[in-house]
Order: sequence, then structure tokens, then C-alpha cells
Amino acid sequence: MMDPMLNEESSYAPKQTYFSPYAMNGGTCLAIAGEDFVVVGSDTRLSQGFSIFTRDLPKTYKLTTSTVLGACGFHGDVLTLTKVLNARLKMFEHEHHKKMTTSEIAAMLSTMLYHRRFFPYYVYNLIAGLDEEGKGVVYSFDPVGSYGSDGYRARGSAAAMLQPLLDNQIGLKNQQNVQRVSLSKEKVVNLVKDVFISAAERDIYTGDAVVVHVITKDGTTTERFPLRRD
Amino acid sequence: SYGALARYRNLSRVMKVNDSAAIGISGDYADYQFMKSVIEQRVIDEECLNDGFQYTPKSLFSWMTRVLYNRRSNFNPLWNTFIVGGVQDGEPFLGYIDKIGVAYNDPTIASGYGAYIAAPLLRDAFEANPKMSLAEAEKKIDECMKVLYYRDARSLNKYEVAIVTKDGTMIKSPIVSETNWEVAHMIKGYE
Repeated sequence: MMDPMLNEESSYAPKQTYFSPYAMNGGTCLAIAGEDFVVVGSDTRLSQGFSIFTRDLPKTYKLTTSTVLGACGFHGDVLTLTKVLNARLKMFEHEHHKKMTTSEIAAMLSTMLYHRRFFPYYVYNLIAGLDEEGKGVVYSFDPVGSYGSDGYRARGSAAAMLQPLLDNQIGLKNQQNVQRVSLSKEKVVNLVKDVFISAAERDIYTGDAVVVHVITKDGTTTERFPLRRD
Repeated sequence: SYGALARYRNLSRVMKVNDSAAIGISGDYADYQFMKSVIEQRVIDEECLNDGFQYTPKSLFSWMTRVLYNRRSNFNPLWNTFIVGGVQDGEPFLGYIDKIGVAYNDPTIASGYGAYIAAPLLRDAFEANPKMSLAEAEKKIDECMKVLYYRDARSLNKYEVAIVTKDGTMIKSPIVSETNWEVAHMIKGYE
């Protein structure tokens, strides 16, 4: 099969072409839960290999007024997963005459992912929202549906760079004589901005812009900030 | 091309779907012919319904993404990259779909070598002037196709353009760029 993208150097040695159903499309998302709010952020770059597909594709998807999904990994699976998730949310509403709560969505997503245990959705998910009592909650998933709730989590290509910083600044892990203060929305949003600026320095798949959603009982506000474009 | 052999010099890779949408492809020509016949049949069926509706660029884009994703999930891909373009609700739309179902939309799209050579030129032009006219856009496309002819060893100096405006879709073909190879004399070893 002739594929212009694969055969870039001319070579007469026998080559075996292999079709991989997955690709890494990069991107990073993170979520931080507060007392009565949740902050979800993601970068907006979509890439493949050393190419940038687009600089304007946020990895966050609004599911309900109080829940946001962050999904990064293989973009084909992200598109399919969000389509199916939205359809399932509508079906739930039609059947039960109420919107799904954050914890219900998280449990459902886990089963949806595990259904594809032997041909997984190559997506790293984050569900962030307000629980039934109005407190912020963040659930993080692996590609086959294992999940748990955390106070904060980073997912995606720069997760390994962001998570330790969050452990230090939000979890206040392994620090002596530190006062535990509850963080305000503004402090958290500034932290998210700083953390993405740092990730963009070293991770080639993170950059262009960061989209930050702040979810409270009054609704969701969204802001965009530019990041380095290289 | 068929590898390094310039096999057919007269193949069309753009297709008018209806007055608001057109598609362009790269990749396997046979798989494109299959997709083309499926889309053409759907357009005919839609005309028979005669309800005043046409496939919109976004609905076509969404449907094609699903088709390609499902084929890859059955390990039987359509080995193509599709570019879907059109005008919907007065706004232009451009989308890209991969053989594995990766899809996105952006003001400028390029596939294959175009992603490396043409995309930077188009992005710069768009950033400098997002509201450029059709004539300026056509000129930019000609510049990109010219550079691609200079730099891609498997290209030919003949191309076609599909243009979608609020007034309809047209395909301009064939277009030959004016190239200047005088610089070749300056390259040592290739006099």
C-alpha cells in the first residue's frame, strides 16, 4: 500500500508496513478541587509526531452545568468517547428525568472504558465537578477504567511534570511547619496558569494556549491564556 | 504517483459534494473512489427526498469521521486523509480526517508534505490577514503548490482547486504554476 506519509526516504530494502490503530496526539489537562468550586484546565494544542495539527483544540468537554470532562491521548478515541458519553447522558436524563451527578458520570465512564478492556480507548480522563453537597471533586481514570477521587490531578503528556508541583503546592506534601489554608479560586487559577507555563517550556506537546474552567454552584466561567507556541 | 513512478498525470483529488461542501483527499486512490461513490449515492438519495435539505459541511465531516474511525476499529482502514471544506450558516468550515479517525477543524489545513511545507505559509498568511479575499487566498494556494512542486520529488506542476462560497461550489482545473528554475544554475554539482 502506498502511503506518502510513511515512505519518505527512497529505500529498496523490503519494508513491512504496520497499521497501528492508535496515535499520540498529545495535550495536557489538570483539575483541582476546592471547598465549593473546581478548576479544570487544559492546553489547546493537537499534535502528531513533530507536527502541530491545530493550535485551538481544548481538551475539556462540558458534560453538564456542574461537570467537565478532561480527556487527552489518542484524539480519535477522545472524539468517539465524548460522543458516546454525551449520548448516554441524554439517555439517562430521558429515563430518570434528572441530570447525572458527577459521581454517577464517573462510575459510568469507568464501566464504558472497561467494556473496551481488550481494545482500549487510549484516553486519559479526568472528571471534575461539584458533588451532591456542592463540594468540589476530581476523579481521574486510566485508559481501562480504573478510577478514584483525588483533590487534584494532572493527566496527559506533561502530567509527570505537573503532578509533583501540585503535590507540593496543593497537597503540601512532605513539608514541615506549613499551615493548611483553604485555597481561594483566584489562587488556584493563578497556580494553574503558572503550572501550564512551566509545562510548555519543556514538553513539546503542550503549548499554544490554556483554557481554564471554574465550576461553582452558580455556573461555569471560562478563560483563555496564551502559552508559548514553539 | 505510484511510489516513484509518475503513473497517472490526470487524476482528480477534489470532489464537489453539493453547493455548500467539497472534499479533497490524499492517500490510496481506490479507497477514495469507494468513498466518492458512497457520498455521490447519498447525495442522489437526498435529492430524491426533495425536502430542501442538503448535507452541511459539518454533518458530512462528522459522518466521515465516524466511518473512518469504525473502519480502523475493525482493522480495515480506508487509507486516506480527507479534507472537508464548505460554508455553513455563512461561516467557512475546514476539517481534516485521518485514516484512524483523528479529526479536527482549523482555518488552515494541509495533509502529507503540505503539512510541512504549505501549512506554515498558510498559517502566517491567515494570522496576518484573517479576512483575506478569495483572490488573495487563491494566490496563496498557488504559491504553496508551487513550493510543493519545487520541493516534493513526487509532485507534478498541475493542480486543481475547489472553491466554496455562499453562492456555491466550483472546481478550477487544471492550473499550472509559473515556476522559475534559474536558481538551479547556481547550485554546485548540478550545473
